[in-house]
Amino acid sequence: MSADFIVITTAILVVVPCALLGTLLVLRQMAMIGDAISHAVLPGIVFAFFISESLGALTSLVGAAVFGLLCALLIEALKNTGRVKEDSSIGIVFTALFALGVFLISRFAGSVHLDLQHVLYGEIAFSPLNSLIIGGVNLGPMSFWTLGIVTVVAVSFVLLFYKELKIATFDAGLAAAVGLSPVLVHYLLMGAVSITVVGAFDSVGAILVVAFLIAPAATAYLLTEQLWRMMALAVGAGTLSAVSGYFLAALFDVSISGMMATMTGVLFLLALLFSPSHGLAAAFLRRSENRRVFSRDLLLSRIGTLGEKTTEETLARSLGWEEGKVSRSLEDALREGFIVRPSSGEVAVTRKGCDAARERTESLA
Amino acid sequence: MLELVAALFTDYTLRNVALGCAVLGVVSGALGCFAVLRRQGLLGDALAHATLPGVCVAFLLSGTRAPFVLLLGAALTASLGALLIIAVVNTTRIKYDAALGIVLSVFFGAGTVLLTYIAGSGNSGQSGLDRFIFGQAATIVRGDVVTMGILAAAALLVVFVLFKEFKILSFDPEFAASMGFPVGKLNVLLTALIVVAIVIGIQTVGVILMAAMLITPAAAARQWTDKLSGMVFISGFFGALSGVSGAMVSASGSNLPTGPIIVLSATGIFLLSLVFGARHGFLWSRMRERRNRRAALGGST
Amino acid sequence: MRQVEMEERKNRKLEALPDETPLEVSGLTVAYRDKPVLWDVSFEVPDGELVAIVGPNGAGKTTLLKAVMGMIEPAAGRALVYGKPFEKARHLVGYVPQRGSVDWDFPTSALDIVQMGLYGKLGWFRRPGRKERETAMECLEKVGIASFADRQISQLSGGQQQRVFLARALAQDANLYLTDEPFAAVDYKTERAIVELLRELKSQGKTVIVVHHDLGTVPEYFDRVVILNKNLVAEGPVEKVFNKENLSEAYGGNVSYLAGS
Ligand SMILES: Nc1ncnc2c1ncn2[C@@H]1O[C@H](COP(=O)(O)OP(=O)(O)OP(=O)(O)O)[C@@H](O)[C@H]1O
Ligand SMILES: [Mg+2]
Repeated sequence: MSADFIVITTAILVVVPCALLGTLLVLRQMAMIGDAISHAVLPGIVFAFFISESLGALTSLVGAAVFGLLCALLIEALKNTGRVKEDSSIGIVFTALFALGVFLISRFAGSVHLDLQHVLYGEIAFSPLNSLIIGGVNLGPMSFWTLGIVTVVAVSFVLLFYKELKIATFDAGLAAAVGLSPVLVHYLLMGAVSITVVGAFDSVGAILVVAFLIAPAATAYLLTEQLWRMMALAVGAGTLSAVSGYFLAALFDVSISGMMATMTGVLFLLALLFSPSHGLAAAFLRRSENRRVFSRDLLLSRIGTLGEKTTEETLARSLGWEEGKVSRSLEDALREGFIVRPSSGEVAVTRKGCDAARERTESLA
Repeated sequence: MLELVAALFTDYTLRNVALGCAVLGVVSGALGCFAVLRRQGLLGDALAHATLPGVCVAFLLSGTRAPFVLLLGAALTASLGALLIIAVVNTTRIKYDAALGIVLSVFFGAGTVLLTYIAGSGNSGQSGLDRFIFGQAATIVRGDVVTMGILAAAALLVVFVLFKEFKILSFDPEFAASMGFPVGKLNVLLTALIVVAIVIGIQTVGVILMAAMLITPAAAARQWTDKLSGMVFISGFFGALSGVSGAMVSASGSNLPTGPIIVLSATGIFLLSLVFGARHGFLWSRMRERRNRRAALGGST
Repeated sequence: MRQVEMEERKNRKLEALPDETPLEVSGLTVAYRDKPVLWDVSFEVPDGELVAIVGPNGAGKTTLLKAVMGMIEPAAGRALVYGKPFEKARHLVGYVPQRGSVDWDFPTSALDIVQMGLYGKLGWFRRPGRKERETAMECLEKVGIASFADRQISQLSGGQQQRVFLARALAQDANLYLTDEPFAAVDYKTERAIVELLRELKSQGKTVIVVHHDLGTVPEYFDRVVILNKNLVAEGPVEKVFNKENLSEAYGGNVSYLAGS
């Protein structure tokens, strides 16, 4: 296996679970809780080191999952005291847990084989060097195994509970009515996020994983309306960022995980600007189109209230528009066959125009 | 411990460090109140992360490590981050939380790219700029304290002068707008002041944990008072207290990044406030409840 | 001293009170993003009347008030307050927002909130002083909760919070009041107190516009009504336009909870 292949495969194994769960986080407006958990797993990882001494993937997965859930529980508990709002609870809990983790790492630097560089950026570049060897048999890169497990867990979580997650995400009331406990769904999701985050920790670090969780999902949210499509697009956007990020990082000799995170942002920016359904460019065009249609329809309904026939001047006065706007809108309506202009200055609505005006009024309510 | 306190007065370096941390604590504590009350505490988190690429770009363009230049860069990218968040939330279906998450992680990612680029290798440790990540109070010198002090004084002066305006903006922006206060501009100003607090803080606390300096002291102060002015004072005091104690502890041992220790002190103050806070602390609430119950029982007999 | 001040106030008032209609809305069309929420709404509010704005949830009632106050840019049309654009007449307008629009856990007291009504006249930088305190106290007395002046606002009942907001509007000392659901979630006693207050304002020649949800009380409380559902359904004196046809057009279907008709 080539080093490129190993690194890119590792990155994709980070992308897939992050994209799937991130989609749910973005839709449930819990992106910052995802961020909090990704920070909060750090002391869990450190404690796991204390316990198992070696880089035991399993202990650190468990330790981190415990702290991830603890973080979610603490945020909830603090909020429920009624003394702190949710956003403050998030901020207080995750900074405290992350600070604890960093403190432990620095304080016991000698006994923990984990440095702050690793926490920040991960060590995806070293993934080809770190193989799982059991009984002298080389079973391939370690990252494939840990992240493989994480990916399997996340994918099966989403597949098994797809319907439940969908209902719980889009209609919490309905979910409760059909007997789904929103609390259970919440904590299952938090657990899955914790496992994902810690799995990704070795490769991309505690902070950049947030980019993989949120940015591809948000990119997809700008492109589609359907949950499964959103998940697929998020995986696609994440993969594209990972691959392009890897080669750009090699080109400039810079941090691989940082470049991948940057690329998730670049893709988001592209979708933000150019998404046909929700992008800024499309919104801008739609807005000016709306203004035109609004003016035209307003004009039609106003002619209706003023009587069968009226003059351009009366219209301008009644609407309080300047002449230019009135004549532009009139031309517009004329082109669509909504009005006729029997003699100069006079305006009358056609049957088609009446229908259009009525349609507009009915569509409002 | 006593030695440390004594050193505070005799040791020149330590005094600078403690002073710097105190300044930071006061400013972030005071401004954090508004952030917390407006539910914008996590905005501070995102903007703090967004300063990292600014520090790097400023260094790349100017070639100096002069704090003022680096902090100017930091302020610029943080402002850019704030603008992006507002633009995304106002013009698309992306919600506030996701916008924060994206700006936070992507700007930080870009920052690490630049750090490694500056270092000329995959190891960012060689750039010397990575002290902004977790903060390194020991590197604070006299000049830094002066810069921080001036910025802090300016920010606090604005809060003092516009206290009434910021209060109504935070409580009821619609009503403020109906009376003709330029809510949009005040909003920008308040966010800019928060950026100033962040910029003052990143050298000592670091970009990752800076959010705690805005949120935690303010949330702690809220437990002690029901007045905004009181909250701002107490929060500033708590901020300074965590700053100074953190700086001292971190100076006492080797290899202790300052940021985490300051944050842990602030968390400790918060927990104590949650229990003992004079207005909303659990202890007093419990006692008040019991007294009320007894009074009610007494009244009924 | 006091007397003189009051006189002065009255004179200023008389002079400032123009003969123009308090509120004239013409062709107002408002859209959030792509969706119009108010379509070609026109009506006038004559001087010294109590006016209800009714319509189902999402009908655009709050939006209408905000558009009048220039907080939302209309896509077309305009609103004139005493014949002038709102910016030139805002000192004549008092506003009571929907109670749910603010965070009642905010660290501040009832008295402090009422003083906010005076910020507009205080202008920039100046702090409220003793005089403002006294005025605010008087306003709290008028709504009957002076004894709660120093309470933190989350420790007030819903009705008391509503009274605080009304007191704040009184402090604005306006000629036209725009109030957004002041009767929402208040008990009978508070409702009566608020009605009395509105009537007193009317007797002083002030104009009060109330977004209202309880159709049953419209004929009793109000002189005029504006029935809204994105479109203007009807507007005019209550006895003329407040009927089954108009209401079922606005609310759709059968408006059976319409008391007394
Ligand atoms: N800031 C906003 N952005 C987008 N849509 C909005 C916004 N504010 C209101 N709307 C939409 O505009 C419509 C009218 O809202 P508005 O608040 O004016 O209704 P309302 O008549 O006051 O309703 P209610 O009786 O519930 O107070 C609603 O469909 C609402 O969803
Ligand atoms: Mg409303």
